[in-house]
Amino acid sequence: MSAIADPVATSPAWDRVRLVLMALAVDPAGLGGLWLRARSGPVRDAVTGAFGALPLPLRRLHPSLGDEALFGGLDLTATLAEGRQVRTLGLLAEPSALVLTMAERCPAGLAARLAQALDAPKHCLLALDEGAEAEEALPAALADRLAMFLSLEDIPLADVQPLALDQAQILEARARFLRQRVPAKVAVTLTGVAVSLGIYSLRAPMLALRLSKVIAALRGHRGVRAEDVTTAAELVFAHRATRWPEAGDTPPAPEPQDPGESDGDTRPDPGDIPEELVLEAVRTALPEALLDRLAIARAARATGGATGSGEARPGHSHGRPLSARPGRPSAGLRLDLIATLRAAAPWQGMRRKTALQDRLVHIRPADLRIRRYQERNERVLIFAVDASGSAALARLAEAKGAVELLLARAYARRDHVALIAFRGAGAELILPPTRSLVQTKRRLAGLPGGGGTPLAAALQMAQETAVRARAKGLTPVLALLTDGRANIALDGTPGRARAEAEAEVAAKAWRRAGFPGVVLDTATRPQDGLRAFSFLLGAAYLPLPRATAERLSSALEAALAPMQAG
Amino acid sequence: MTKSNAPRQPFPFSAIVGQEDMKSAMILTAIDPGIGGVLVFGDRGTGKSTAVRALAALLPPIEAVEGCPINAPRRDLSPDWAQGVTDRIISKPTPVVDLPLGVTEDRVVGALDIERALTRGEKAFEPGLLARANRGYLYIDEVNLLEDHIVDLLLDVAQSGENVVEREGLSIRHPARFVLVGSGNPEEGELRPQLLDRFGLSVEVTSPRDIETRVEVIRRRDAYENQYDKFMKTWRVMDAGLRNQILAAREALRKLKTPGVVLHDCAALCLALGSDGLRGELTLLRTARALAAFEGDTTVRRSHLRRVAPMALSHRLRRDPLDEAGSAARVGRTLAEVLP
Repeated sequence: MSAIADPVATSPAWDRVRLVLMALAVDPAGLGGLWLRARSGPVRDAVTGAFGALPLPLRRLHPSLGDEALFGGLDLTATLAEGRQVRTLGLLAEPSALVLTMAERCPAGLAARLAQALDAPKHCLLALDEGAEAEEALPAALADRLAMFLSLEDIPLADVQPLALDQAQILEARARFLRQRVPAKVAVTLTGVAVSLGIYSLRAPMLALRLSKVIAALRGHRGVRAEDVTTAAELVFAHRATRWPEAGDTPPAPEPQDPGESDGDTRPDPGDIPEELVLEAVRTALPEALLDRLAIARAARATGGATGSGEARPGHSHGRPLSARPGRPSAGLRLDLIATLRAAAPWQGMRRKTALQDRLVHIRPADLRIRRYQERNERVLIFAVDASGSAALARLAEAKGAVELLLARAYARRDHVALIAFRGAGAELILPPTRSLVQTKRRLAGLPGGGGTPLAAALQMAQETAVRARAKGLTPVLALLTDGRANIALDGTPGRARAEAEAEVAAKAWRRAGFPGVVLDTATRPQDGLRAFSFLLGAAYLPLPRATAERLSSALEAALAPMQAG
Repeated sequence: MTKSNAPRQPFPFSAIVGQEDMKSAMILTAIDPGIGGVLVFGDRGTGKSTAVRALAALLPPIEAVEGCPINAPRRDLSPDWAQGVTDRIISKPTPVVDLPLGVTEDRVVGALDIERALTRGEKAFEPGLLARANRGYLYIDEVNLLEDHIVDLLLDVAQSGENVVEREGLSIRHPARFVLVGSGNPEEGELRPQLLDRFGLSVEVTSPRDIETRVEVIRRRDAYENQYDKFMKTWRVMDAGLRNQILAAREALRKLKTPGVVLHDCAALCLALGSDGLRGELTLLRTARALAAFEGDTTVRRSHLRRVAPMALSHRLRRDPLDEAGSAARVGRTLAEVLP
């Protein structure tokens, strides 16, 4: 790092920050951008302050940004005033450095739009991830497109030095980096390392290749050298790794096809970058805790847990029409033309007298009415009750009691309730989603116990019910009451190993669908197996040793409360 | 940054490494747009968007009336509400229209021209994206994140080939025949099953797992970015060859024979798989015919059928949430049983 070292002694971590920012300034659009994880504070401010060195105008985005702000829209006030269509320019209209604050809360929809914008390489995204909660992270669609990741969490304030980026050096590197010679084997090495780290997206090695050229140019090298490749790999791969490379895991690199391609003037032959060397560099850049944390966040993203997708429903696009109200049409809000004209009608005579121009209809911004719709967003509680022999004796009565108590609450909330019982050879949908309290109680009371535990069948049925309910605009929530010892396979035959494997698959399917849920362990002692199972299911886990019906019910309400709030 | 002056062509279609299923699905719909749309589902960074953008550059140009909002081939087919239409016929690239995620219904189907309504008090129609996509392609990235009512609307139009606008006092219909291409990542949300089978073909793309292929992808991308002129020179020739092959196949399609035994095979296969409705058979047959034409055969054969069956049928099966192997494997199994 001799070429960019500061005269003042700086810490290696801070040198790294400087290098990342320099690289971004050299090739902002080509590298996609930076994922910066840091709490807001002086350290982060020092880094964000240096964003000004990028050759693009800075624009701030926040997670709840609407489409009109992004893509532009009709400027109604100006349109009416000028008598011709006037459009506002969106934030994405001009190439810019987009600073996304609170990136960890970025909803999937915005992430997809930004990802599309990044695909035409003219923007650069600087995602500021505050990393407030372990299960929140930058959406994968964006993380995949941003070359580099920096975490400022472990950088003490004492290390912070002013980041005066050398513009002359940046300009020079920008002019030269694309023409950097790259030894033929570098692409092979980078791809191999990516695979051994469990990184399957092909964007990662492409970005690493590009970054190694930028770094080589910044360091004033002629031709990409091994050290440039290792630094680039560290910056691009470390946060993407999904597994630790094991010893002997390095795939055999194919023979270099064209030795003549490798560069002549950089000796010793830089084409020979051992993969282990690069891998080792990435490994040292990879604190274990970080890997765990990212994995958790990734899982939470995949289940939609962090964003609560499926809960939020736009209230202006469909559903039962409500009366129009004044407002400006914008993304998601549609103009109600008839209501607008109706609002303007009484004033026409008056306005015609005072108007400067003669027009057929005189409409002022205050007349604009937008359409509103009301949408049902009701919950359906799907109870899957284990009525098997192992659960039946001690717990079934209590489970029934808890369900009854919940039913009363559900009635008050106007929730729908569905009841699935599983015992013996299969699961049965005892009651399809209903609001009838009486019917539910009657069916529940008549629920017999005994037999095996066909957990997979129950989950499959719950999923079917949930999918149907969602199609009707309901939000399904699963409450699974079981002792978790699946021993009946889907086809009704006994056999623990197969039954458990099938239950796991069904649980993963539920989680993929992104439905919330809660698992109530009704066994006499909390079971680790069931805890792991509820993680597979993406559901909260509540062990209820010796729970009374009341406690069961309150625990369930508590577990479901955040979902109601969302 | 050194050569950013001339507008760059997209990455050439023939230079896409691997992903044969996706590429052949797109080529087949280019030969016979009647097959319906293509749904591409798969991992991030597998070249889904790249392929669609490349397709636009690959497709042969169309003849259309100048200034016509729906790209009509003849003056008399141009709608009467259209403005600025001339009598000249020009050749223009096959339209590939991008449907952005945050799009409103008005933008898609077209709506009252607010400008003219408010300023001149006239009732005029402002055509939407569906009009522009007529006779071409409509591409939706992240189709699984698109709002349901927009997806419904699109599929309805894609099916009927006509866009009917009945709103705000307007009553307008215009042809909207296009091939719908949707792509998405299943991790971010599933597509509703009733929408799945409206797409003609569906393919799954995964990241290539062998190093050789992956390295080749990166090499070509790097060459495209850094040695653009040299790279394009090579691949433009390949693209032109493919374009001619598509044009020849369109011709050959008219004369293609379909023996009764192939029809029988289609029906037997769909029956064995239990796909709902007859859409499966129809698409399967059309796709097999397109493939036969593409390969220069004069009759459709069972071998064609066998190769297109997974992409034409896998998304039409009843969903089995426990089947992690995916429906393509199920089609493969049934195929081996029914059409040995």
